[in-house]
Order: sequence, then structure tokens, then C-alpha cells
Amino acid sequence: MLSLTLTGLKLKNPLMLAAGIMGTTGGSLKRIADSGAGAVVTKSIGLEPKSGHSNPSMVDVDCGYLNAMGLPNPSYKNFQHEIDTAKEGGVPVIASIFGGCSLDFSQISIAIHADAFELNVSCPHAQGYGAEIGTDPILVEEITHAVKNTVDVPVWVKLTPNVTNIKSIGLAAQRGGADAVVAINTIRGMAIDIESGYPILGNKFGGLSGRAIKPVAVKSVYDLYEALDIPVIGVGGISDWKDAIEFIMAGAQAVEIGSAVGNNINIFNEISSGMEAFLSEKEWTLEDIYGMAHQV
Amino acid sequence: MDAGRHIWDGASSMKPINAEIIEVVEETPTIRTFFFERSFDPEPGQFVMAWIRGVDEIPMALSYDNAITVQKVGPATSSLFELGSGDSIGIRGPLGKGFDRKPGHILLVAGGVGAAPLAPLAEKASSEGMKVTTLIGAKTKKELVFRQRFEKAGNVLIATDDGSEGKYGYVTQLIDNNKDYSQIYCCGPEIMMKKVLDKVPPSKAQFSLHRYIKCGIGICGACCLDGLRVCKDGPVFSGDVLKKSEFGIYRRNECGERVKV
Repeated sequence: MLSLTLTGLKLKNPLMLAAGIMGTTGGSLKRIADSGAGAVVTKSIGLEPKSGHSNPSMVDVDCGYLNAMGLPNPSYKNFQHEIDTAKEGGVPVIASIFGGCSLDFSQISIAIHADAFELNVSCPHAQGYGAEIGTDPILVEEITHAVKNTVDVPVWVKLTPNVTNIKSIGLAAQRGGADAVVAINTIRGMAIDIESGYPILGNKFGGLSGRAIKPVAVKSVYDLYEALDIPVIGVGGISDWKDAIEFIMAGAQAVEIGSAVGNNINIFNEISSGMEAFLSEKEWTLEDIYGMAHQV
Repeated sequence: MDAGRHIWDGASSMKPINAEIIEVVEETPTIRTFFFERSFDPEPGQFVMAWIRGVDEIPMALSYDNAITVQKVGPATSSLFELGSGDSIGIRGPLGKGFDRKPGHILLVAGGVGAAPLAPLAEKASSEGMKVTTLIGAKTKKELVFRQRFEKAGNVLIATDDGSEGKYGYVTQLIDNNKDYSQIYCCGPEIMMKKVLDKVPPSKAQFSLHRYIKCGIGICGACCLDGLRVCKDGPVFSGDVLKKSEFGIYRRNECGERVKV
């Protein structure tokens, strides 16, 4: 009932693990696959091993979470066996990758075997990477084009909301040949310890995820759906089946779930059951509600 | 995971709270206990993320309701060792799942600073009428931690690497007749814990693990041992769960690379 084909990948449901969540070890990705996810996205992988920012790297700020992990990763040279282990979960494994320029992205994508790639041009707190690239349409188009020329699997581009007009970046990804865009990455934010005046995160600022950013993400998906011809994958604050339905109505063909996994590792099974019950009761299909908010 | 019924409810996961140090006790030449003005009401085996402002935030077992016991091993713990009464740090927690207390005669196996989460377990178990036997291991007599607390709770046997106290050798050599115990609780260096796991019935043993922890709340996956989140599913795991994992073989460094234990 929830199965679909997304950029050529067959998924049993439209619920995927978002990048940066339990995605460093093959074992943790497999655990999420076994917990009902339709696909899993790895931690963002770069050229060289990286330890990330000093702690605190994540903090609960009541309305969501602030994080500045700093792209810790073991490098693409030490990651294929994790993907291979994750594949034992029986669902598509999407490699999230990052780099400082199109050459970095090509070098990594040519060496990694995955079911698809998600290009991280949207991390808000890594100097020289992520959103420092993803706010420039020319770079986004060039990088997307470079990876598309390198691999023969689908290429998704994950967008930052920290721009004036997310549609212009989405259009750049589409011109570069992207098979889909993923929206949104975290929103820049900061928290300060009032006992001492210290910014709490080791990196001083970071990205906001969780419930607080859902309306921003829904609006981004809604706008991208109107502007683009390629599919939009929604992510940002999904905590239950109603949130997932809302994103699909906004125009997301599938969604990714991140922060909410922390308190509920079984969230994928719960959301798929909830969606199935809702669709049955309404006598709707997934196709019926896809982009519904644009048609009413 | 079945190794702990005390599930953290999310209410204690907010921003770091300010914890003023009221006393510092030198347990050994390399290990100190920092007492705070507030209690964290933990279950034995739970941990906190201790934020030394401007330096780092590190996971630490609670050794009392209001204290952490720390070995000086790196930049963060060295900075902490410079703090004293009247100074403060930020604390998130208590976090994770602690020891699942089973009735009967329990055996505790402590290696070095691994005594920290076991001492409150010994006290709680003893106060609940359980019989407690503790095996303490350390490099040398001066590095034995919480000996008197364990002695108050029950029988104690000691092993030191240099033979300066108790048996000359490793604490794992003190384990025998493990059939007599209803449950075995262990914390110490991973190589030592692996030896214990290989020596006892895995389903009757619980281990408190140490891993590089970043978020502390089960989201980022940096502390994963295969699919297990040490910060959230643990840090205490039952032996039969660990038997099937990379425990004792690999850990992950800050980058997520596999490193031999």
C-alpha cells in the first residue's frame, strides 16, 4: 500500500532514515532497516577521516535539537564495508557524501558503491563544506553535474534552507542533472549557557532540527514541488505519521526522518502503520495525496 | 535490550544545568571524585555528560547521587582536575540505562576506575538485602578505588598487577564458582571485560561500556557498537547481547574508524 518507485529505486514505503542519524556503522544502519525504514541514508562521508567539532556537539533546546557534529566520518576509503553491512538490511542504502569542490565529490562517488547518492551541500556549520557551497547555484549545478557524469545510480541533492530563495538552488541541482532534491537540512541556530555566557555548542553555533523546523520544511517542499520537474524528498521535524502525510501533501514523494529516531527507534514501523490506517480510512492511495495541497 | 528496566524518559535531556563543585576527593594519585551541590537521582550505572566549559563535554559515570569519579587521561579530564570547590561545570543527565538489579547473591568485578558505577550498585543492592561480593583489580595498591565502600556492602577480594595488595595478577583470575551468583556486574578496561565475558554465563552478566560519545541522547550514532547505541541502549548491556557484537574486538575512534580494542 505504501510502496513506490523513487528515482528508479523500489521502496516498500516512503520513509527513509535521514543522513547523520545512526549512519556511521553498518550495524546501526541495518538496525534501522530492520526497524521498518524504506531506505537508509548514511552519515556524510568525505575525502579524509575527520573527527568533527569538539563537544558539546548536540543539545536539546526544548523545541528541537541544535547540533554541530562537524561532519565526523571515517572517509570513503574506510566506508564501503559499512555500506555492505547495511545492505544486509534488504533496503536501498544511499551514500551521503560531502566535499569542498566538484573534484572531491567525483573522487568519492567513483569509489563508493551504493544504491544512490545524496550530495550534502547543506551542512550549516562546516567551514569550506556544506552550505558554504550549497548557497551558490553555480557550484551546486557544477557538483551535481560532476557526480552525474561519474555514477550510474540516482543522485539526490540535499538543500539548505539558509538561503533567500531555495527554489533557485533546487533549479540549479535540476540543471546539473539531479534525480531528486532533498529539503531541508538544518537551520542555523545557537544556544547560550546563561550561567556562564558560553555558547553551548563546541562550535558555538550549529543547525536546528526537530519539531521546530517542520513548518519551514513543509513550505520549502511546497515551493520546490511547484518549481521543479524532479521529485522532492521532504525532511525536517517529522515525528509521527501525520507529519509524514503533511509532507507528502506538500509535494514530497518520500520523506526522511532524523531527530525523532533518538527517542523512538521503532518510529518507521509506527509511522507506516499510522499512514496505512489513515489512507484506508480515507480510501486514498499514496498517489492521491501526493501534492494534494497544490490541487485543492 | 533487556539489560535494564530503568528507561530514561527524556525529561532530563535538556540543556546542561549548572553544577557547582562542593568537594574534590583524591581517591588515588590519578583518580578524583568531584561532588556537586545537587543530586542527579540516578540509577546505578547511569552516566552524565560533563561539560568543562570552553574545553569539551565528556561522558562520566555517576559514582554517587551527586558525584563523578574521574581518571586523568586527556585534555578534558586534565582541565577538570584544575577545578575545585566553588567552580562549576555543566551537566546533562542522568542518561542511558543503568544496571538491572536481580535478587540473590551478586558478584561485582571492578577494574581501575571502572569501580565508579559499581560502588553505588553495591550500596543499593546491599541496602535492598542482596548479598554482594566484589572483586577489585588495579595496577597497584595505591590505585584501588572505593575499597571501603565495597567492604561495607559485602565481601571483597583484591588483585593487583604488581602484587602490592591481594592476589598478584589480574582481577579476572579471581573469578571462580560463578554458578553461585545470581548475576555478575562488570566495569573496567574493555580487554578485562572481554575476559570476564568469556569466563561467565553471558546471560547472567551485565557490562558497563565506554565508548566515544557525542550527542549522548541516541541520535547521532557516534557511539554505536554495531547497531547498539552505548549512550541510549546502554551503557549497560547484558553479556548475551555483547557476545554477538564487535565488543572486545573493535571500538570506533572520533572519526568512526574501526580501531582494535
